[in-house]
Amino acid sequence: MWPIFLRFLFFLLLVKPFLLLAVGISVRGRQRLPHQGPALIVANHNSHLDALALAAILPLRLLPHTRPAASAEYFLQGRWRSWFARKVIGIIPVATKGGAAHAEVLHEVKEALLAGDLVIFFPEGTRGEPEALGQLKSGIVWLAETLPEVPIYPIRLRGLGKVLPKGAWLPVPFFCDAWVGERLRWEGDRQRFMTALVTRLTEPT
Amino acid sequence: MSVILSSPVLAILGGVWGLLLLATLVVWRIAPTPDSELRQRVRSWWIIVALCSLALTFSRTAALVFFGLVSFLALKEYLTLVPTRQADRRVLFWAYLSIPLQYYWIGIEWYGMFIIFIPVYMFLLIPVALVLAGDTQGYLRAAGTLHWGLMSMVFSLSHLAFLLVLPQGQYPQVSGPGLVLFLLLLTELNDVAQFCWGKLFGKHKISPTVSPNKTVEGFVGGAMTTLLLSALLASWLTPFGLRDALLAGALIAVAGFFGDLSLSALKRDLGIKDSGRLLPGHGGILDRIDSLTYTAPLFFHFTRYLYF
Repeated sequence: MWPIFLRFLFFLLLVKPFLLLAVGISVRGRQRLPHQGPALIVANHNSHLDALALAAILPLRLLPHTRPAASAEYFLQGRWRSWFARKVIGIIPVATKGGAAHAEVLHEVKEALLAGDLVIFFPEGTRGEPEALGQLKSGIVWLAETLPEVPIYPIRLRGLGKVLPKGAWLPVPFFCDAWVGERLRWEGDRQRFMTALVTRLTEPT
Repeated sequence: MSVILSSPVLAILGGVWGLLLLATLVVWRIAPTPDSELRQRVRSWWIIVALCSLALTFSRTAALVFFGLVSFLALKEYLTLVPTRQADRRVLFWAYLSIPLQYYWIGIEWYGMFIIFIPVYMFLLIPVALVLAGDTQGYLRAAGTLHWGLMSMVFSLSHLAFLLVLPQGQYPQVSGPGLVLFLLLLTELNDVAQFCWGKLFGKHKISPTVSPNKTVEGFVGGAMTTLLLSALLASWLTPFGLRDALLAGALIAVAGFFGDLSLSALKRDLGIKDSGRLLPGHGGILDRIDSLTYTAPLFFHFTRYLYF
């Protein structure tokens, strides 16, 4: 129980004041954010701050059920980082390298969604070039197809890649934006799903 | 030392709240939809007036922290708009750090440091930090961009705060918050008056390429309104006689006009309309403080040279 308490402390004392006051994230389409789980929150990925920012703009009561899917190779390195990432942030480790089947790699993500959690998922798989959307991997299609009843919330982030880009350790304040796009559902067509998702992650709506 | 509050400050603040209430009622009449720009703008004014009233009446430290935050938000908005190089992140961090220092010099009333810290020390330090970052591609642009931002958003604006600590006591009825209130009120009302006169009678454009809304009629009408207000308010809040009140009013009207134009030119250059989304109905914070970056240092030196 007390890691959850630490998570609240971490968000209330550090993440929210830093991201919402010092940096300043302006959310557009806030009314389209999920009010309850299960939900798959999908965003473009440029910074370690992305997952924290997405968790911070959701209502605080959803925090215990909000879980970012994150690279097992990176976040499970070292005892303390692993403990902090797993217990306090509540990440779902995903083995991004190794080429195993989706069902195996994304098993824990699927279980979390079935349990009603809100999962933060970056379909690019990695942070990539600053402020540019990379090629989406097929994991998101597999998730959407496997769990068609789970609503998908696409959110386009801008600016966090300037605040804390890949390889940097010193965050520098810039105003950031988060556009919450129209909710997506799986309708049976891979191509149409991907096009709709890419549109929502690149164009402001 | 806490702020010495004179009753004129409270009286004028009361007047501002009354004026805003009146403006709100008028706007409710002419703009019936709750989300119209005019209504949003008035709503933002309530927040600005409430925060300024608190900062000016609570304590001197509160006022310094408040103006420091305004500088921070302005610099952040500016750095978000202009192109910056990823190699300069550490330099940007130093630029932000100059804000608490600059307001600290004001807090300890060290005029000599306050007046040279950014134009001399930061001016020399930033190129050093840029050189250490090692990227010569776009070097001049990066240095120039940062200097302009620091001078406008930190150095110029901080003159507003130094009005709070000008030597007190020579003029019993004059207080630091009174001078700040005078400058803020005249600068913002000058903006509003130029806008209103321009909307009503505007015909001849002054600067069609930079800001097509600026007209000779708006400028003259606004300047006259500001002169009148300055003459009315000066005896309450400042040590000025009628002649100096009119001069101060003219200075604020002209400086405010060019401050506004200067930021319009920056926005044109960057191809944007509003500088941000911090103040619904106004745009960003730069859209509101553009005139102040010109009026604050000029009014400060006018007052300091003649009276303190």
